[in-house]
Amino acid sequence: MGTRLDVPTAGRAPGVAAPVIHLLEGPLSAAITRDEVAHLARLARLAVTDAELDVFAGQLDVILGSVARVGEVAADDIPPTSHAVPLENVYRPDELRPGLSQEQALSGAPASEDGRFRVPQILGEEA
Amino acid sequence: MSDLTRLTAADLAAKIHSREVSAVEVAQAHLDRIAAVDGGVHAFLHVASDAALASAALVDDSIAAGTAPASPLAGVPLALKDVFTTADMPTTAGSRILEGWRPPYDATVTARLRAAGVTILGKTNMDEFAMGSSTEYSAYGVTRNPWDPSRVPGGSGGGSAAALAAFEAPLAIGTDTGGSIRQPAAFTGTVGVKPTYGGVSRYGLIACASSLDQGGPCARTVLDAALLHEVIGGHDPLDSTSIDSPVPSVVAAARQGADGDLSGLRVGVVRELGGEGYQPGVQASFDAALRQLEKLGAEVVEVSCPHFEYGLAAYYLILPSEVSSNLARFDAMRYGLRVDEGASAEAVMAATREAGFGPEVKRRIILGTYALSSGYYDAYYGQAQKVRTLISRDFAAAFAQADVLVSPATPTTAFPIGDKVDDPLAMYLNDLATIPTNLAGTAAMSVPSGLSDGLPVGLQIMAPALGEAVMYRVAAAYESTREPLVAPEVSA
Amino acid sequence: MTASLVDFDDVVERYDPMLGLEVHVELNTNTKMFCGCPTGFGAEPNTQVCPTCLGLPGSLPVVNRAAVESAMRIGLALNCSIAPWGRFARKNYFYPDMPKNFQTSQYDEPIAVDGWLDVTLDDGEIFRVEIERAHMEEDTGKSLHVGGATGRIHGAEYSLLDYNRAGVPLIEIVTKMIPGTRERAPEVARAYVTALRDLIKSLGVSDVRMDQGSMRCDVNLSLSPRGSGILGTRSETKNVNSLRSVERAVRYEMCRHAAVLDAGEKIVQETRHFQEDTATTRSGRVKETSEDYRYFPEPDLVPIAPSAEWVEELRGTLPELPWARRARLQAEWGLSDEELRDLVNAGALDLIEATVAAGAPAGEARSWWVAYLAQQANAREVTLDALPITPAQVARVIALVAGGELNNKLARQVVDGVLAGEGEPDAVVEARGLKVVSDDGALIAAVDEALAAQPDVAQKIRDGKVAAAGAIVGAVMKATKGQADAKRVRELIIERCG
Repeated sequence: MGTRLDVPTAGRAPGVAAPVIHLLEGPLSAAITRDEVAHLARLARLAVTDAELDVFAGQLDVILGSVARVGEVAADDIPPTSHAVPLENVYRPDELRPGLSQEQALSGAPASEDGRFRVPQILGEEA
Repeated sequence: MSDLTRLTAADLAAKIHSREVSAVEVAQAHLDRIAAVDGGVHAFLHVASDAALASAALVDDSIAAGTAPASPLAGVPLALKDVFTTADMPTTAGSRILEGWRPPYDATVTARLRAAGVTILGKTNMDEFAMGSSTEYSAYGVTRNPWDPSRVPGGSGGGSAAALAAFEAPLAIGTDTGGSIRQPAAFTGTVGVKPTYGGVSRYGLIACASSLDQGGPCARTVLDAALLHEVIGGHDPLDSTSIDSPVPSVVAAARQGADGDLSGLRVGVVRELGGEGYQPGVQASFDAALRQLEKLGAEVVEVSCPHFEYGLAAYYLILPSEVSSNLARFDAMRYGLRVDEGASAEAVMAATREAGFGPEVKRRIILGTYALSSGYYDAYYGQAQKVRTLISRDFAAAFAQADVLVSPATPTTAFPIGDKVDDPLAMYLNDLATIPTNLAGTAAMSVPSGLSDGLPVGLQIMAPALGEAVMYRVAAAYESTREPLVAPEVSA
Repeated sequence: MTASLVDFDDVVERYDPMLGLEVHVELNTNTKMFCGCPTGFGAEPNTQVCPTCLGLPGSLPVVNRAAVESAMRIGLALNCSIAPWGRFARKNYFYPDMPKNFQTSQYDEPIAVDGWLDVTLDDGEIFRVEIERAHMEEDTGKSLHVGGATGRIHGAEYSLLDYNRAGVPLIEIVTKMIPGTRERAPEVARAYVTALRDLIKSLGVSDVRMDQGSMRCDVNLSLSPRGSGILGTRSETKNVNSLRSVERAVRYEMCRHAAVLDAGEKIVQETRHFQEDTATTRSGRVKETSEDYRYFPEPDLVPIAPSAEWVEELRGTLPELPWARRARLQAEWGLSDEELRDLVNAGALDLIEATVAAGAPAGEARSWWVAYLAQQANAREVTLDALPITPAQVARVIALVAGGELNNKLARQVVDGVLAGEGEPDAVVEARGLKVVSDDGALIAAVDEALAAQPDVAQKIRDGKVAAAGAIVGAVMKATKGQADAKRVRELIIERCG
């Protein structure tokens, strides 16, 4: 079942029925599970709460069910567009441009030490 | 209310440059107006009174010294969307994660405004990182629509649009990723222009979706928007996607259009943008606008853009994908909020992003992370990019039949605050008519086309890439047939 | 954990190694890949940064034209095809040394593909290594780990970040899998990295200093049972930062893989780190989930589409490539293969060529650099090119000897003076008073004195035993503190005894 959405009226037109649109109807829902959302949140470094997970999982499922409509378009031989304007070969000359001072660079830092950004211990791979 | 705040930017500039009034008086009048009404509107996140007066004083000094004004808008006040970096003011993009951040650099748009002698009054409210259609997703509270304070002003650039409608500023800057300039313009009865992608520099514009974002002018008249467009537009070597060609002559086009003659022009009505799903009052206003355009001499033809119906779906895959990557940098390491929960950098990042981002931003980050995942890329992101190609082809075919395309700017008029805030999909539908332009990188604008049940309606005029001149001409001609919309007085 | 390694000879008897090498080269452009910040090594932290390389909100990248040209020249020198169209992509993952939390990289649309590099092995055999691709990307910042042991990440209390290096242009050069190396796998790996280093150095696009990190090597290795053709699971060893380490890392991994396989265990596909001190590799932290970098085309940059004209123009700028130059010099200088290899290994080729260019005969130039100067470099524990003497100065010393103004012993003292920072050779000669005594008057007096002191020797000379003159020459040289022209002294002795 696709997603049917009521388009609200301006609220000042009593008696005018809200039109229903079906532009977002997509294939069957349940595209994404709560566990998947939890995994994606971890990948995206978002420490979401359980309550949020419940809400997001439901909402994302509906949204995904709708946007999956792009799959209905027969586009096998259509080239993808990654850039809206057909520009190519935009370069700058290899010339120095004034940058920031150390003070400016660190001006927004939550913590700094000895001219460097201070961050909590990094658990990741040794570089 | 001071009369100065009711004037157009063009009239203010004329008075300032002829020394009839000073730029400082004009700035002060607007600062007074903001002080009087912004408590009720909440268009501004930051008001830079001292800097504004100092900037205006410089313009006055220069005029007194007999120097030609730095630009046709020197001394005219402006409200800047809080998504452009400003070295002398905080920049938050409406997000808690950037609360109090002072960028060490100016955006190109900011720098051009300063160089043009425009008085920057302050920074305006917006949906967080420009994601939203109501300003309800701002971390700093909703902006109210001057036409009805119980309703939203649209978004994401609701602050800029409301500032214009409430006469807090004659000019404003917005950004339009899927309609964030045009939809608020429609909701507030103002003029909002989304230039051709690459027409206005994105350097210093905090990215929402890089391939869709475009800064643009907002004003109460078409001519004012054109004057501002020429100040901020043009090539910028700091933006690789900036078009290296002159800004279209939009001021001349707006002046030409004001003569009210559109004979010889063909106006295309996009069959897919209207009818079902559009509020009857909005549709009626649009139909009346078409008749008006015909009276001005334009030939109205119907065109079909069959892939537009997939635009919203493609947009809500491409945008979150780019968002998920663009917003990764907000990680508590170098600037912005840091929530010191957890012993590791990884834990602090996750805790900070959780606390610093609002729900809509998080939803889109998760959605984008999903759409770009290796197993889903082709079906979602890849396919959306193909749809993007098809939408561009639809536009190309339509522009072969018509000089400009028209549609209602939005399916509805301004909706009540709280109406859609928990229903993302319903919120997304606001962008139905505006999104195709962003996907294709073409130009479009919204001009007021009257009221429906006491709320403003916008007419969208769309033009091919770099076709702004004809778009402004049609807009100015249409505007010349109507009385300006004036919002009811707001109380603080 | 498998306890012991398998003996190398045993490994090659029973297994075939499959080798792959990924080399990162930092370009020596004036500015970074996507912004106008300087790239110099060793500046104060966070002083070579701007909004773009710090990843500040709103900042945008613009591609450095010189970096693109360097990448194309590397590709052309490696016999690659240059892609007529390609985009940068974003590689998304969170890491504090990466300001945007994505790396901008030419992921699947590299600028150069399908090339090869011929490398010379120790016995002179030429081995062809196929190149899969060379692509552009940006470097990360540097982290300093504070607290815990030895500045390592494990056990550190916090880290300090410097983004001066963030955004420096990198070229990653990836080989295809190299089959058939057998027992020579370690040697092939070292020879390849050496050849690549020399090639890139000759292009002048990078300092290629492995010790400073401007050239970094990752070694991929797998084993398959001898002759089976079954591809084994590979390990990726990072942190291999010298030519010797490349060879040792391959050798160690071969022995380790064999031990694991012999024990009936499976090789874990993982990233390992080379330990310089023990010449072993250590497992990196095993990731909880497999990484998904969510690549997508970088929307802030437009495609790179080099025209055929641009490519050909760059091809025209390629210098004489190392192997061609070596062949030419070998012929010009009349060297055997072995002599040539010694010069190359000593890093003396450039120096000798420059000395010859400054006017010295090839034989003399070679002799100075591989003998006396090589000893001095060894004593100082530096490479030849790090000695504080220029080829032009060496050529001047050679000219002074040829002109009879110095003898070899004095010439070495002059070189010592130059190395000690006493100035140009002529200034050292002047300051140290090292000129050969060629004033016959003074020499005749010294010769006569020496002959008088050793009358028996003088008699022998008079009797025609000219070889006996050596003793008198020695005495004269001693008396003149070595500053006499020995040849002239000998002539005078014969004259005075005649």
